Amino acid sequence: MPDNGNVSALHLVLSGDPVLLAIVWLSLTVSLSAVAVSALIAVPIGALIALTRFPGREGVIVFLNAMMGLPPVVVGLAVYLLLSRSGPLGAWGLLFTPTAMIIAQTVLVSPIIAALARQTIEDLWTEYHDELAAMNVGPLRRIVTLIWDARFSLITALLAGFGRAAAEVGAIIIVGGNIDGFTRTMTTAIALETSKGDLPLAIGLGLVLISIVIVINAAAWGARRLGEHYAG
Amino acid sequence: MRNPALDLPLLFVDVRIRARGLPILDGVSLKIESGKPTVLIGPNGAGKTTLLRAAMGLVRPSSGLITWGGHEQSPPVRRAIMFQRPAMLRRSTAANVRYALAAANVARDKRETRVAELLADVGLAQLARRPARKLSGGEQQRLALARALARDPAILLLDEPTASLDPAATKAIEDIVRIVTARGVKVVMSTHDLGQAKRVGGEIVLLHRGRVIETGPAGEFFAAPRTEEARKFIAGELLV
Repeated sequence: MPDNGNVSALHLVLSGDPVLLAIVWLSLTVSLSAVAVSALIAVPIGALIALTRFPGREGVIVFLNAMMGLPPVVVGLAVYLLLSRSGPLGAWGLLFTPTAMIIAQTVLVSPIIAALARQTIEDLWTEYHDELAAMNVGPLRRIVTLIWDARFSLITALLAGFGRAAAEVGAIIIVGGNIDGFTRTMTTAIALETSKGDLPLAIGLGLVLISIVIVINAAAWGARRLGEHYAG
Repeated sequence: MRNPALDLPLLFVDVRIRARGLPILDGVSLKIESGKPTVLIGPNGAGKTTLLRAAMGLVRPSSGLITWGGHEQSPPVRRAIMFQRPAMLRRSTAANVRYALAAANVARDKRETRVAELLADVGLAQLARRPARKLSGGEQQRLALARALARDPAILLLDEPTASLDPAATKAIEDIVRIVTARGVKVVMSTHDLGQAKRVGGEIVLLHRGRVIETGPAGEFFAAPRTEEARKFIAGELLV
């Protein structure tokens, strides 16, 4: 049977090919960093929207939900314009660096985490409202309490964000440039190697990407179940 | 902090509360004094829960006046409420009490001792590390009571504290009510259960359609009701 790439791909994965490992490492670094930064920004924003009432709130929620479907290439283009030499942040020299990729993915992932966090925290707020009001808990402490108590449910929001970051190619290929050994990630490499006809590496990276997503989801699910078991 | 004895009587003066255009409390005037528990009774929709929530400051009257020891503008810090269906924080039993103590500004170095004392008071010491949401209904009610007591209240408001509990769990709650009353805490509670009202009540307040129909010491109220509504309610007839 002719090798259509599967056998070679498996060999690359099992042999710990350094090129493949470097690509995997960069991909994980970029996507996990973007999710971490997004979590720091988006969870408090989601909580704030969940707990406050202001004119136009419904519009903000609709906008936030709509932003969950932001096209990656549009985000890539916007961040490119921002970071390009003639852009407002061009002086920082970040274009075509992993940092630019993290920024682009943060923009992409933040609305997803914020929208899901808003819904999760609002549901919990409905449940907790009277108790916290009766305990005379102040606004800041309410937010901290709700985020802490919703932490296991918020893992789902972070996973959705990670899924989006790990799978996207449009934004990071624009702002990262897919530079070999510097800004090449799994998704950009798969796109490139497939177009070049180097299927073993493309398939190998595809296998690794899917495996990583499954392992991270399984680990997060396990952590959630464990946490719920011990903390309620 | 004011002297808790000065927070009573709790006075409702022609209090009206409306929700979606409908009167929930319709001109309630009531004096709640220190001493034995005051028990609010009445059919569903009588306004018992709203009256307790108003006393806790969780709903504002549309009109009328609520005063504490003659002070309208400064309600007591040391008041606490336990809801009919209390929400359990997604933490352990002990952590729920610890949270209530922190919210009540109890000094950090005193919290662990108080957690142990309060859980012992409500008979949950053995379940301190169990997630609160995995406790039984009766245990959750007792935990909610411990959280309320964490505020070291002078006035404790209990909204149907034993609704849907079995007799053993009901007795456990009533025992705690007796203990805290003996310690000088003023308990104001609502109940559907006339037997409970007889067992616990010092003063009975019958509410119907947002109005106070009759008040009086439990013995007198049950032995010789003065109003037709009270007589019907005690006899188990429907108040419509």
